[in-house]
Amino acid sequence: MSKDVEYGLFADFGSTFTKVVLLDLDTLTVVGRTQRPSTVETDITLALRAAMEDIRQILGGQVEYRYNLATSSAAGGLKMAAIGLVPELTAEAAKRAALGAGAKITGVYAYQLTRKELEEIEGGGLDLVLLAGGTDGGEQETIISNAEKLARLGGLRAPIIVAGNRTASDQVSAVLASGGKEHVITDNVMPEIEILEVDKVRDIIRDLFIKRIIEAKGLKNAEEFIDEILMPTPTAVIAAAKLLAEGADGEEGLGELAILDIGGATTDIHSVAKGDPTEPGLVKKGLPEPYVKRTVEGDLGMRYNASTIVKVAGEAFFRESIDSLGLDLHRAVSRFARNPESLPESEADEGLDLALARAATRVAMDRHAGRIETTYGPNGPVYIQYGKDLRGLKTVIGAGGPLIFGPAPDVILRETLFSDANPFSLRPRNPTFYLDGKYILYAVGLLSEKEPVKALKLGKKYLKRLNSS
Amino acid sequence: MKQKRVVMGVIGVDAHVVGNKLMENALRQSGFKVTNIGNFVIQQDFIKAAIETNAEAILVGTLCGHGELDCQGFREACIEAGRGDIHMVVGGNLVVGKQDFRGVEERFMDMGFNRVYPPGVSPSRVIEDLKTDLGVSQE
Repeated sequence: MSKDVEYGLFADFGSTFTKVVLLDLDTLTVVGRTQRPSTVETDITLALRAAMEDIRQILGGQVEYRYNLATSSAAGGLKMAAIGLVPELTAEAAKRAALGAGAKITGVYAYQLTRKELEEIEGGGLDLVLLAGGTDGGEQETIISNAEKLARLGGLRAPIIVAGNRTASDQVSAVLASGGKEHVITDNVMPEIEILEVDKVRDIIRDLFIKRIIEAKGLKNAEEFIDEILMPTPTAVIAAAKLLAEGADGEEGLGELAILDIGGATTDIHSVAKGDPTEPGLVKKGLPEPYVKRTVEGDLGMRYNASTIVKVAGEAFFRESIDSLGLDLHRAVSRFARNPESLPESEADEGLDLALARAATRVAMDRHAGRIETTYGPNGPVYIQYGKDLRGLKTVIGAGGPLIFGPAPDVILRETLFSDANPFSLRPRNPTFYLDGKYILYAVGLLSEKEPVKALKLGKKYLKRLNSS
Repeated sequence: MKQKRVVMGVIGVDAHVVGNKLMENALRQSGFKVTNIGNFVIQQDFIKAAIETNAEAILVGTLCGHGELDCQGFREACIEAGRGDIHMVVGGNLVVGKQDFRGVEERFMDMGFNRVYPPGVSPSRVIEDLKTDLGVSQE
């Protein structure tokens, strides 16, 4: 420990573990790290205090922290419902806006809300509701009627962000106010067809997270020990992704990239890339893609959805890879699903874990990356691109338990790659793989708010390169 | 007077956009609120855009000659989507080969289009008709 060194303490309140990492901000070195089982049910600060005590032990005494910041995905994360009009248009735009703000989407709703959907919304334990519908000057009946229905939901206490048809916003606001609903009116997520505006909504979500949600979730008393819980954990990862891609103030970034994050409950992919066609002759169609795009696959969690992964990827995929392990596939998979906290105990378990991670990665990347569809016109085939063309990506970063603790992160990451067997899926062809082996991305995201250049250097220093592309 | 909203595009596997752009400009200059969804558009995308924008009319362009196939069932699909009332216009190279236009027009009218235009029609004529049909005052 040194009194002259500036330290930064970065905590992450996860649903399972509260993690803390201590950085030397001068040399950009990880000085210490620890994790304690989260104590959200009782008092969030119990785990935090224990972890901070661990850090004191490592340092051999008490120091001042220059920054003392946290992210949180505890207490269910930032749970949101996204409501729009047409499923592929404003409902999809609302969903993307919420995902890009680090939310956990519990439902996406289109057209007039039904009684069953309203029950879901009322009983969903939501933190926020995003209400969209109609382009500016376009359809407004649906958003007004949905606002009326939400206003009557006695059990709905979550603030409502209204980001729909501007023309309807006064009436929507009046309706929600009459039902006593806290709400914020902001710019339309889709002011015109094929135009996506998610930035304002993202900022408002972040603002409400800090002002309202931390308190509502009982995380506020952590601020006795922490300067600020700045953002939901996924938002910090998004911030890190953007910084690592773009660079900062003279410090070069890694260029357009993707991050694969495999977890027990979801498999997430972030891409920071324009995704424009990398070959001539492709016609781009569909809703425009956000430059920073996050997809969350709630059916591809390594534990909670182990059996779904088998179903989605196909049993054949698993037969090949685990026949030699002598496992009963279905029994082994349901054992994982029953015990979401279980870690692999045997070589066979490890083999199955690897197969699950590979399968989840393959499917998640298939959904995240764009695709080409061929149609035939009078002058021969026409190739239409939906989504992002990621074939030119130079960097793919792996994060999450199965990659960090598993024996073969590169084998899992290879499942993100372009394949001649499925040439219409626009995955990266020849990227360099990196591993977030020190679980540092969230800290990079937090530090990027204060000192982006240092945050970038830190990220580049601790991301471990796995291949030479 | 409230701006009238229209959705326009080129239907089917059809790369032609020049006429589409000319028509878009002419409509904008005449005071319409235009949502142009470009080329390679399928019926469902016209309808989805019309729902979100609450458009009063859909203008379908086609040049490649497959229009008759591409437009079949369009009115029915609008009805199904709750926008059966929408004004529908089609124009361009609607069919392949030299055919009597009156026959072509009749077939498209039977499909539920309100206006059908032959190749080479001037944008101003389409716009005058559209103003009449949507009840836009002429002053």
